[in-house]
Amino acid sequence: MDVELRGITKRFGAVVANDNVNMVIRGGEVLGLLGENGAGKSTMMNILSGLYSPDEGEILIDGKPVSFDGPGDGIAAGIGMVHQHFMLVPVFTVAENVVLGVEPTKRLGYLDLKKARAQVDEINKKYGLHVPADALIEDLPVGIQQRVEILKVLFREADVLILDEPTAVLTPQEVEDFFSIVRSLKEAGKAIVFITHKLHEILAISDRINVLRQGRITGEGVPESLDEAKLAEMMVGRPVSFTVDKTEANPGRAMLEMTDVIMLDDADERLLDKVSLTVHSGEVVGVAGVQGNGQTELVEAITGLERVASGKIIFDGEDITHASVRERHSRGMAHIPEDRHRDGMISTFTIAENMVLNSYYEPAFARGMAIDWASVQKTAAKYCVDFDVRTPSVFLPAGNLSGGNQQKMVVARELERQTKLVIASQPTRGLDVGSIEYIHARLIEARDEGDGVLIVSSELDEIMGLADRILVMFDGRIVAEFDNTGGKADRNAVGLAMAGAHEGAAA
Amino acid sequence: MMDGKDLKHVNEDMRKLLARAAFGRGDFEDLFVVPVFAVVAALVLGAVIMLATGVDLPTIGQSFVALAVGSFGSLNAVSETLTAAIPLVLAGLGLGLGFRAGLFNIGAEGQLLLGGTAAVIFTFSFPSLPFPVLMIFGLLAGALVGAAYASIAGILKATTGAHEVISTIMLNLISFRLLEYILRQPYIQREGRSDPISKSVPEAGQLPRLLDWFDPNLRLHAGVFVMLLAVVFVWWLLFRSKIGFAFRASGANPDAARYAGMRSGLVIVAAMATAGALAGLAGASQVQGVLGRASPGFSAQMGFDAIALALLGRSHPVGILFAGILFGGLEAGGRQMQVDAGVSIDLIGIIQALIIVFIAAPLLVRAIFPWGFRKETKGGKA
Ligand SMILES: Nc1ncnc2c1ncn2[C@@H]1O[C@H](COP(=O)(O)OP(=O)(O)OP(=O)(O)O)[C@@H](O)[C@H]1O
Ligand SMILES: [Mg+2]
Repeated sequence: MDVELRGITKRFGAVVANDNVNMVIRGGEVLGLLGENGAGKSTMMNILSGLYSPDEGEILIDGKPVSFDGPGDGIAAGIGMVHQHFMLVPVFTVAENVVLGVEPTKRLGYLDLKKARAQVDEINKKYGLHVPADALIEDLPVGIQQRVEILKVLFREADVLILDEPTAVLTPQEVEDFFSIVRSLKEAGKAIVFITHKLHEILAISDRINVLRQGRITGEGVPESLDEAKLAEMMVGRPVSFTVDKTEANPGRAMLEMTDVIMLDDADERLLDKVSLTVHSGEVVGVAGVQGNGQTELVEAITGLERVASGKIIFDGEDITHASVRERHSRGMAHIPEDRHRDGMISTFTIAENMVLNSYYEPAFARGMAIDWASVQKTAAKYCVDFDVRTPSVFLPAGNLSGGNQQKMVVARELERQTKLVIASQPTRGLDVGSIEYIHARLIEARDEGDGVLIVSSELDEIMGLADRILVMFDGRIVAEFDNTGGKADRNAVGLAMAGAHEGAAA
Repeated sequence: MMDGKDLKHVNEDMRKLLARAAFGRGDFEDLFVVPVFAVVAALVLGAVIMLATGVDLPTIGQSFVALAVGSFGSLNAVSETLTAAIPLVLAGLGLGLGFRAGLFNIGAEGQLLLGGTAAVIFTFSFPSLPFPVLMIFGLLAGALVGAAYASIAGILKATTGAHEVISTIMLNLISFRLLEYILRQPYIQREGRSDPISKSVPEAGQLPRLLDWFDPNLRLHAGVFVMLLAVVFVWWLLFRSKIGFAFRASGANPDAARYAGMRSGLVIVAAMATAGALAGLAGASQVQGVLGRASPGFSAQMGFDAIALALLGRSHPVGILFAGILFGGLEAGGRQMQVDAGVSIDLIGIIQALIIVFIAAPLLVRAIFPWGFRKETKGGKA
C-alpha cells in the first residue's frame, strides 16, 4: 500500500506545525523521519493516523483521496501509529490489551479470549515478536511493552506502521531486536515510518530519509549518500559537533559521598547493595549500566525520593541520609528525572508553572504566602530563551510542547538554579542533536563552576563523552570504575563490565 | 543557541513569550457552551419525563413559566434564589478545592451539620456578646468544627492510606446520629420540647437580613457577603498562594508533586481541613441566617447537592458561584412550580441530576448539539 501526503498544513494558534508538506510512503520500505524538536514530526504523523485533521492538504491512499475523522478511520484504512508514550492498561494481559476495542466475541457478546490468544500467537510467529500473550503488561520490560504496541497495530491489520521515537527508551540490545522486527515487517510488505533523533539508527534502517525543519521538508535522500554530519546540518541548519568540548576536570572537595547504602524492595531484596561512591566538586561522574541494574534506585536514594535501609549519604559535608526531598533541593541539589512525564512535569500546568515546580516557595518567587507570578513568568520566559524551548508563550500548557521541548523545559528548570550538585538521569532523552550539544555544554559549564555532576545514562556514548570518571552498575552494585580523563577509558572494558563480566572486581 | 543573539534580541524574545494568548475557542466551549447545553438538555428531558408521567402540555408549560418566575422573576424570587445559593456555594467551594487537590470528599454533609450545630451552640452560650462579635464568632466556630471533622478523614488518609470516599461516607453516617444525640442534651435541647431541636440563635448572633427594610418577607441575609468573600479567598488560595499551588500539583500529578518536594500528607490534611471549614461555614450561615436553630437533617442534603455543584462549576470558584446561583434558582423556582402547577418538587432533583450527567459526559453533549462546537480532534503527544 502506498500513501501520499499532499500539501499538508497544520496550525496550532499562531504556530505552524506543518507548512505545506509533501511526503510519500511506500509499501515494503522504511521511511526515516528526522527533524529538530518541534519540527512537526509527531504532528505530521498524527495527521496521517487520523488523530488530527489537517487545515489544508490531502491524504491519498493508492492514489485515492481519503479523509479521516478520528484515529478509528485511520486504522480502518490500514494506518496504525505507535506513540512515544505507550497506551497500555498495566493490569491487563498482553492478549487483553491487544484486543481492547476490537474484541473478538462469541454469541451474546462474550469475550472470546481463547481466539484472541491464538491470533496474538499467530502474529507473534509471523514477525518474530516473541511476546508472551498471557503476561501482565506491568510485569514486562519497556522493550517488550513496545512490541505489544506494535502487536496492537498489526492485530488491526495495518499496512502502514508509524513508529514515533520507538528507540528512545530501548537499551542497545533491545534496539537490535527491534530492528530485526522492523526488517521482517518490511519483508512482509508493510510500509514503515520511523522517527528518531539518533542519526546512526536512521542511517542503519531506513530506505529513504526525509528531514523536517520548522514544519517544512528541508532535505531528502537515501542513506547511501548521507552521513551523520550531513544529516545534522540538514536538520539544524548549521554544522553540529558530536564530541563534547571540555577541558580536563579539576576535582575539588567531595560534594556527594555515599557509603554502604542499601535499599530494599517490598520483598526485602536488595535494590542497592552496599553502594559507595563519591562525586567531587568540579567533576562529572558517569554511571553506566544496562537499564534496571539499580540506576533508578541510586538516583532515588540521592534525591530523597525513596528511603534507604542503611548506609550514609553526605552532601557537601552535611549528613542528608534522612533529609526530605525539599531540604536536599534547597541545599543546592538539582535533579533531572529519568521519566519527565511521570515526575518531571505536569502537562496541564502552564510552562511558567512548570518552571517553578520545585522552587515556587523560594524568596525569588514568593511574597509571604503568595506566589509572585509576575516574577515567575519573567523567569520562565528567560529560561525558555536560554534553553531554546520553542513555544509561542509561557502561558500555554506544557503538554502542548513537543516531546523534546518538554525535556528542555525540565532541564532548564534544573540547571538555571544556583546549584552544587547536579543529578541528571537520561538528560538528553528525546532531544535533537543540536539540543544535546547545548545541554552537554551546560552540564560541563556547571562542572566548571564547581558543581559535582552525576550523570546516569543508558547511552554509553553520552557517558563516554561527558564523564571524567565512569562507574558501572550491575545488579544493584557498583562493579567497576574507570578513569576517563581525556576520554581514555576503554569502551570495550566498560561494555564488558556492564554485562557483568567484572563481578568481584569492584572498585 | 544563545550565541549570536544580542541582548536586545533576547529581550524581544522574552516579551513575545510573555504575551498572553487570547481566550481560546476551546476554553470557551469547555467553560460555557458545555454547561449551558447541559442545562438546556436537562430541562428538555425534564419536560419529557413530565409528559411520560401523564402531565399534560399546558401544565408543563405552566410549570416552566413558574420555574422561571420563581427563580428570577421578581425581587422576592431573586432574594430566595440567592438565599438558597449561599450555603450551596460555600460547601461547593470546599468540595471544588478538594477535587483540585485530588480528593473526592463526600463528607460535606456531615461537616456542614456539625459546623452549623457548633455555631448554634456557641451563639446561645454567649448571649451577652454584642452583635457583630457574636455573629462572627459563631461563623468561626462553625468553620473550626467543620475543619476538625473533615481533618479526621484527611489524617486517616495521610497516615493509613484509608480512601477518603469511604471514610467521609462513614463520617457522614456518624454525624447524623451524633447530631440527634447532641440535640437531646439538656443544655442544648429547647426548653419544653421532647423532639431533638436546639435552642435558638440569639439576635446578636444572627446574620442580619439585608432587605427587610424594603419588604419584611425578603430573606436575603448578610451571608451573601460571606459567600462572595469565600469565592475570592478560594480563588486566591488556589491560583495565587503557595499552598494552593501544592494542592493543584498534587491533584494533577502526585508523582511530580513528590518529585518537587511537596509533602503529600500535609497537602491532604490541609486541603481536607480547608474544605471542611467551608462546609462548616455553610452550615453556620444557614442556621445564623435562615433557620435560627439546629434540628436533625437541617442541611436538607445541601452537602450532597454541593458535590454536583462543584462538578458543574468545574472546580473553579467563579464557576461554582454561577452553578450555585443556578441551583439556588432551581430550588426557589421549584417551590413556585409546586405551588402554581402542582408539579412535584422531586422533578427539580431529577433535573439537577440530569445536569450532572450531561456535565460529566461532555462527549454526549457534543453529540446532541454538534453545531455548538468547532470540529477538532485532540490527541496525545509525543
Ligand atoms: N496540541 C498542541 N497544541 C498546541 N501546539 C502544539 C500541539 N501539538 C504540537 N504543537 C506545536 O507544534 C509544533 C510541532 O510539534 P511536534 O510535536 O509535531 O514536534 P516534533 O517534531 O514531534 O518534536 P519532538 O522531536 O520534540 O518530539 C511545536 O511547536 C509544538 O509546540
Ligand atoms: Mg514528537
